[in-house]
Amino acid sequence: MAISLNINGKDISIDADPQMPLLWAIREKAGLNGTKFGCGIAQCGACMVIIDGAAVRSCNTPVASAVGKAIRTIEGISENNDHPVQVAWQDLTVPQCGYCQSGQIMSAVALLERTPNPSDNEIDKSMAGNICRCGTYPRIRAAIHQAAKTAID
Amino acid sequence: MKFTRRNFLKISATAAGGLVIGFHMPSKAQAEGLASSTEINAWLSIDADNIVSIATPQTEMGQGAFTSVPMMVAEELDIPWENVRHVFADANRHVNNDNLYTTTSTGGSTTVSRRHPYIMQAGASARERLRQAAATRWDVPLDQVVAKQGMLSAGDKQGTYGQFAADAAAVTLDEEPKIKPYGDWWLLGTDVKRLDVALKTNGTAVFPIDVDVPGMVYAAVAACPVPEGRLVSFDFEAIKDMPGVIQAVELKQVKDTPSFTDLRSAVAVVAESWYQARNALSAMPVVWDFGRGASISYESQNAEALSLLAGTGTVLRNEEGNPGKDFDKGVNQDAVPGLLEAATKLVVGEVYSRPFEAHATMMPPAAVADVKEDRVDIWTFTQDIGRSLNEVADQLGRDTANVFLHQTYLGGGFGGGFNMDVHRQAAAISAAVGKPVKVIRSREEDIAGDSQRPPVWGTYKAALGEDGLPTALMTHFVGEEKMPNFARSSVANMPYLVPNRRHELSIIQNHVPIGYHRAPGANSNGFIIEQMADELAQAGNWDPLEWRLKLTEGNEPWQRVLLAMKEKSGWTTDTGKGEGMGLAVVESHGTIAGCVATVSVSRRGQIYVDRLQYFLNSGYVINPLNAIEQAESSAIWELSHAMFGGLDLREGRFVNTNFDSYPLLRMPDTPPVIEVELVNSEDQWWGGLGEPAGPPTPPAIANAIFYATGTRVRTTPFTKAAL
Repeated sequence: MAISLNINGKDISIDADPQMPLLWAIREKAGLNGTKFGCGIAQCGACMVIIDGAAVRSCNTPVASAVGKAIRTIEGISENNDHPVQVAWQDLTVPQCGYCQSGQIMSAVALLERTPNPSDNEIDKSMAGNICRCGTYPRIRAAIHQAAKTAID
Repeated sequence: MKFTRRNFLKISATAAGGLVIGFHMPSKAQAEGLASSTEINAWLSIDADNIVSIATPQTEMGQGAFTSVPMMVAEELDIPWENVRHVFADANRHVNNDNLYTTTSTGGSTTVSRRHPYIMQAGASARERLRQAAATRWDVPLDQVVAKQGMLSAGDKQGTYGQFAADAAAVTLDEEPKIKPYGDWWLLGTDVKRLDVALKTNGTAVFPIDVDVPGMVYAAVAACPVPEGRLVSFDFEAIKDMPGVIQAVELKQVKDTPSFTDLRSAVAVVAESWYQARNALSAMPVVWDFGRGASISYESQNAEALSLLAGTGTVLRNEEGNPGKDFDKGVNQDAVPGLLEAATKLVVGEVYSRPFEAHATMMPPAAVADVKEDRVDIWTFTQDIGRSLNEVADQLGRDTANVFLHQTYLGGGFGGGFNMDVHRQAAAISAAVGKPVKVIRSREEDIAGDSQRPPVWGTYKAALGEDGLPTALMTHFVGEEKMPNFARSSVANMPYLVPNRRHELSIIQNHVPIGYHRAPGANSNGFIIEQMADELAQAGNWDPLEWRLKLTEGNEPWQRVLLAMKEKSGWTTDTGKGEGMGLAVVESHGTIAGCVATVSVSRRGQIYVDRLQYFLNSGYVINPLNAIEQAESSAIWELSHAMFGGLDLREGRFVNTNFDSYPLLRMPDTPPVIEVELVNSEDQWWGGLGEPAGPPTPPAIANAIFYATGTRVRTTPFTKAAL
């Protein structure tokens, strides 16, 4: 059936099963491949997007439930790869293989929009839904602090 | 908000119109792709704007090959780093031109440590040809021509490399230059940010799963849940009317037992979207013949291993020396049993073990294949583009000249990209449906059928002398049949000077595919050996650090690490109740890695790793920043398995195949402090750096847990230990 979605400020119409996970609508229908498939059961966070301000795992979110909401993906957080979180990630060379990092960045953006200057504890809690097999966690933690500082300055 | 200049480096495709330099004369066909360029060889091209494109034949999976290889070439070429662009090497050219890049294999922490001589040579050779070209055009003696930072000069004459690129392409050197020794470097040895970082902060880095080809369909695959099992039948009729379903394809295994030169018996469902393919595959009735594996479990393997350890194994002869030097360990294997029998003070170790672990790369294995009559295009998860190209050609019976494997970034590798057959599956499915196909393995399919890290069991016996130091030592390990050497790495070559020493190996068999797994062998064996070291030190009333210093006397690379630990870590065994420090040192890939762990254990047995300190001696380091990043990464890799890992095998199948049941380390469990210090001997050898910080991590934590609680944890994950 025809489904209307608003992704990164643009309205698009796709033909999909309403139960199809939003992840596959974003990747296969909208052609935005920055959002990744990792586990399919909302455990790893590679598929993290922001829906109406909240970090949501798109791999088990039915596409129908995102209708009428503002969906943001990694492609939508800045035009020039210069969101404070992206800049901090670059300065501290966070990504290694990079596969989980779209999801990590989306979780971090959602955290900082809600909590502009998070403590280590708040970072740990908010980032607990994202797995990184390369173990970039210490750099992610430091980069979130740096991004918070940049945004406040 | 500001970017550093390096972040703005564009990582572009090779610009035509430049000079491409390598070792082999190209064929005409190769030269066609480069239009007006004059090609000398394959590693680098220089365009008119003095921009140098450097090709990397190794894959980039987060370890930094796409930066390390260009650095080694740029060092010799002498070109400003800002002028360097990274490009993917062409797998087709490599395979069809007598292994043009020597090797495309990417593993064993070897990209720098083993490959630097010929990679640096490519840059040095290019530089000398440019100098020769300038000498000829300017009509000056060669020794007056200086090549530096992209500029050629002689007296008042000056020009860019780009201006001499075409001339240099025609130059044949009488003699290849020698590569620069350590000490003459200007770029190597400095902190350089990896070139692919910015691509990985906005979702634009392309992984195999991200490749889209017009007209592409999607496939979900299922191999037998019991490895080695075979497909008996499937009922496509039952699912053919499900939405989007196109076809089911049997993946036929030709050989009797699974092999990495064959497809594994499996079935695929092809549909218009992957979601539809996966749903239909899950719903399709499939009958399997489970084969010999159905009676094997981790428990049965464990029982067999314990029984083998109670007996005698095969004696392994010590052939492996320490890195960078021949070190006489005074081994006297045959005397050991008698000495243990006659010992006045005998220490009998208990059994240590490590379980199966999966690679669980964040990108599940995926590949795209577009098989046409005259040409095949492939994008895949591989740590060896040349090998995978050959495998696809083999699968389809095609000439490698018509098979094009395109590099992408890898969503992790860790050894999992070697014994990988997802490109074989994609090629077979695309050929069967006559369309481009994207194959994605579900996470469950990935972990259930991965080439796993094998379990290892080990124990020891030692006789102690009057000074409390071991006079005779026997270690006995149980390894797995397909890669028995995994039970030997970092054991047979452990550095401790025990006058009489014997290592026995016993072998168990199973049906599970086995693969390389970040620091293979050393990852499990270090856990056993370095807890043994602590137990022997304690039995002889030695401080564990002093014991290691004493037993490595005269071994400079180890002493350097141990002394750094002593001086800088705040080492003490005198800690408060519930707190402990532990240390371990393991050599792998030519690098000696020491870890000091500080832990606290709550009264309810909850383990907190408060601090991990690493001291690494790899000899040379070309990029300290990346070395430290890799140390952090490999440390957390093994921390994850120490705390949370462990695959469970029941009735032949792995039962914990997704992150709910196979948990991995997450942010809240990451120690607040992880520090890495490079304590290099320099000028002696090249150690690898992608893996060595992993192996000492679990034993250092286990040793710390002992000091905190008095309890030894002899297997992982620790979270299941009763403390």
